[in-house]
Amino acid sequence: MSQSVETTKDHGTLFREPEYQEMLRAKRADFECPHADETVQRISEWTKSEAYREKNFAREALVINPAKACQPLGAVFCAAGFQDTLSFVHGSQGCVAYYRSHLSRHFKEPASAVSSSMTEDAAVFGGLNNLIDGLANAHALYHPQMIAVSTTCMAEVIGDDLHAFIGNAKEKGSVPADFDVPFAHTPAFQGSHVNGYDNMLLGILTHFWQDAERTPTAALNIIPGFDGYCVGNNRELKRLLDLMGVAHTILSDASDTYDTPSDGRFRLYDGGTTIAQTKDALNAAATLSMQAACTKKTLAFVKGKGQETAALNYPLGVAGTDQFLTTVSALTGQPIPEALTLERGRLVDALTDSQAVTHGKRFAVFGDPDFVHGMCRFLMEMGAEPRHALATNGTKPWAKQMRAMLADSPYGQACEVWPGADLWHMRSLLHTAPVDFVIGSSHGKYLERDTGTPLIRLTFPIFDRHHHHRFPTWGYQGGLQVLVRILDAILAKADADSDEAGVTDISFDLTR
Amino acid sequence: MSLDDENDRAFHEQIIEEVLAAYPEKGRKRRAKHLNVVEEGASDCGVKSNVKSLPGVMTVRGCAYAGSKGVVWGPVKDMVHISHGPVGCGQYSWAQRRNYYVGETGVDAFGTMQFTSDFQERDIVFGGDKKLRTLIDEIETLFPLAKGMTVQSECPVGLIGDDIEAVARAKAEELGKLVVPVRCEGFRGVSQSLGHHIANDTIRDWVFGRDASSDEAASDSGPADGFEPSPYDVVIIGDYNIGGDCWASRKLLEDVGLRVIAQWTGDCTLAELERAPKAKLNLIHCYRSMNYISRHLEEKYGTPWSEFNFFGPTRIEQSLRMIGEFFDDRIKQNVETVIARNRVLADAVIDKYRPRLEGKKVMLYVGGLRPRHMVSAYEDLGMEVVGAGYEFAHKDDYQRTMEHVKGGTLIFDDVTAYEMEKFIERIRPDLVGSGIKEKYPIQKMGVPFRQVHSWDYSGPYHAYDGFAVFARDMDMAVNSPVWGLFQAPWMQTPAAETAEPAA
Repeated sequence: MSQSVETTKDHGTLFREPEYQEMLRAKRADFECPHADETVQRISEWTKSEAYREKNFAREALVINPAKACQPLGAVFCAAGFQDTLSFVHGSQGCVAYYRSHLSRHFKEPASAVSSSMTEDAAVFGGLNNLIDGLANAHALYHPQMIAVSTTCMAEVIGDDLHAFIGNAKEKGSVPADFDVPFAHTPAFQGSHVNGYDNMLLGILTHFWQDAERTPTAALNIIPGFDGYCVGNNRELKRLLDLMGVAHTILSDASDTYDTPSDGRFRLYDGGTTIAQTKDALNAAATLSMQAACTKKTLAFVKGKGQETAALNYPLGVAGTDQFLTTVSALTGQPIPEALTLERGRLVDALTDSQAVTHGKRFAVFGDPDFVHGMCRFLMEMGAEPRHALATNGTKPWAKQMRAMLADSPYGQACEVWPGADLWHMRSLLHTAPVDFVIGSSHGKYLERDTGTPLIRLTFPIFDRHHHHRFPTWGYQGGLQVLVRILDAILAKADADSDEAGVTDISFDLTR
Repeated sequence: MSLDDENDRAFHEQIIEEVLAAYPEKGRKRRAKHLNVVEEGASDCGVKSNVKSLPGVMTVRGCAYAGSKGVVWGPVKDMVHISHGPVGCGQYSWAQRRNYYVGETGVDAFGTMQFTSDFQERDIVFGGDKKLRTLIDEIETLFPLAKGMTVQSECPVGLIGDDIEAVARAKAEELGKLVVPVRCEGFRGVSQSLGHHIANDTIRDWVFGRDASSDEAASDSGPADGFEPSPYDVVIIGDYNIGGDCWASRKLLEDVGLRVIAQWTGDCTLAELERAPKAKLNLIHCYRSMNYISRHLEEKYGTPWSEFNFFGPTRIEQSLRMIGEFFDDRIKQNVETVIARNRVLADAVIDKYRPRLEGKKVMLYVGGLRPRHMVSAYEDLGMEVVGAGYEFAHKDDYQRTMEHVKGGTLIFDDVTAYEMEKFIERIRPDLVGSGIKEKYPIQKMGVPFRQVHSWDYSGPYHAYDGFAVFARDMDMAVNSPVWGLFQAPWMQTPAAETAEPAA
């Protein structure tokens, strides 16, 4: 027996012990009816080939390992950025269990939301009663200041009408007549979580702004979009805007929601944009979106209300931050202070120090469309070369915009853009057109295993590394974080590639 | 196991009253039936179960799809499980159950992959059957070593009138491979539980009795026909090999001389599903999720089945002796030898951890089995379970629970986040075992916590090898230095006072 109390072996090592190895070998040989080892080996090699890639890219219906989620996840994330707001998702209850788990696994934080728990009878008769009872229960138990309603695909398929239902629930006294219940239809069979974010934010702004009169001020609204780094990034945004002296409101600010302290108290709600701020945001001079794909409908609405609008593509790095700051300056008339010029210089300094490390390194990048855009742009700034840019929820216009950006730089010439493709496509790409590193989410770890391409985790969801999202990636200082993550990966690989004593260690350099 | 002393009945009754007071009247009446205090000698825990959750209360429950794809079918490693419908369900459940398996993923095993039909609006409007046919062909092209496929229905499939059974039949015929349509749409039933049942039924209807002789998929090493039975053949049913649980259990059963001919469904192959009817005895760990098929195997093939419990040495010994009774003296003697040999380890574990955990109070809220199955393992370490509840248990689970819990234990069925928080606030247990959604709220309150779905990324916890890991993990949770840091030395708020270090 290899288990002992002194060196307790868990799954990490226990099953590598000879007794378990023999057991698993016998299980396979005697009971699994496996394919012959040669067959498995042959097929394994074939999956890495050009021929396989061709079949893989000929898929019309099957999606394998996509890098996108469904609309309501985005709606729940968006609503979580408003103060004392409870997400209420109308439809089947299992969906809400999934959104909560998904967000908790990334943020390592509570993620609260309720469901209207519709079952077969509601599928036949509609979910009105579920919504009426559900709003009453949620209001009584969790004392929110606002309930943001979105929908699962079940409610969408049967055609439940949220506007009418919520009116009905208010008449029945589920919540007070003047209680804020903004809503959004968020069908899972259209778009992805970025559209759910857009729809929910539109629902909330419509609720508060629709019948209000705008009295313009000099303030600026910022919409961060669906961002797994919201904790670090939103705080960085606020710091930058404060330095510029810009009066601002972050529309959906989940930075405190998903970063509550451990001090003996569970905060069901913490931080977030207040209702007063949300109402007042109508009066701002302009609204700036950090992720165009997350705000298409919302910005159109905001523009219709008379504000100036602008949208960026997850600005990262020097030029990305330059663009962010100059856009803010143009929209508000506030100059960019010396302190930020200094921060810029420091990031440029770091890039200069390390440019020989990053130069010419080949990258594959996957994630949400705006992240991929911003990341590729920053890579090219380092002299690195993006080779595959993939967004499962990327559209054709996104691909066109990407190609234009890549064409503008000598470092982007070899990059191919893959809208709508998934991570099984990416597997073929990495086998047939290898790169040095992959940048994406934790889901990329299977690519790392299968193709030997090291993964750098820089976008949602990150389940298997802790706390990176608490540090910013936006702004010059955020750019420094991103740069260091990339440098660490490159330099760790240089060490790993030269660490065999007496064999490869001639390049095992102390200073790099 | 000790049933000598009672948990604090009056206190528990009082806190039930307190939480119910927060509900609107209709909800209060319904929730009252799901909360109770154990009455010594009663036939069950006295709570209503397996009924619809109240809307809007933050139930912890999932859905039928989670029960079928996530629990029962998902771990069958050499088949491709298609999440049929919009992208989300498959995305959120992708590789989250930790059903360990051996195989080359994407080549001859498919467990940690996400296959979805990614429904778009046109699929809702025109139906998804055509897309399903196409994608089954695409799976066959790209994953030729897959032994079969299952179609795990998401909500829209059942609402738009698709005929996935017809597609499955036609494609199975055409490809010479098993294609199983599973009607586990999330709106069916009230929790994961109906999904378990539906999945069990599809094994019965689509796997057993199917003529596989014409399969082109029959592998190089030949179909299951060459199987030579032995008098010691058993199947482990309802063990999903979370963190390697089933392997630890298998090892122990092999040590006593039994031959495990199939694992359902952790690290399971289609061949193992098909071969199960040849067992002499079916050993069922998770009764809730796979009792249905065990009963069917008994009715159709006459195979007896027995529940067993490999959490903690007390129950392991009891279970091994009970299993021995089904076999000859050789096995019975082996059981005693194996127990004696392993007691050295078990005693060493208890000697090390019991002094650190003695008297600690535990609350458990999990699916349909562990809140009773794990009680004795905690007691082996000197800990006591003061409150327990199930997400999706049925009446027979609450009956079975009585054997394990003391009088006065707080029982909560389909608990809501509100109730859970209040119970913990008032009872201040030393450890809570529940899921990822409960983990962070409870830890913020300064209460040690372990996930008992995923083993908090640890495991195995089954059998003797697992007990050592279990004890280590409970100790590291309860006695972590971090609980002593919650209170800033300059702060004396009432909230901080309740966050005393646990040890």
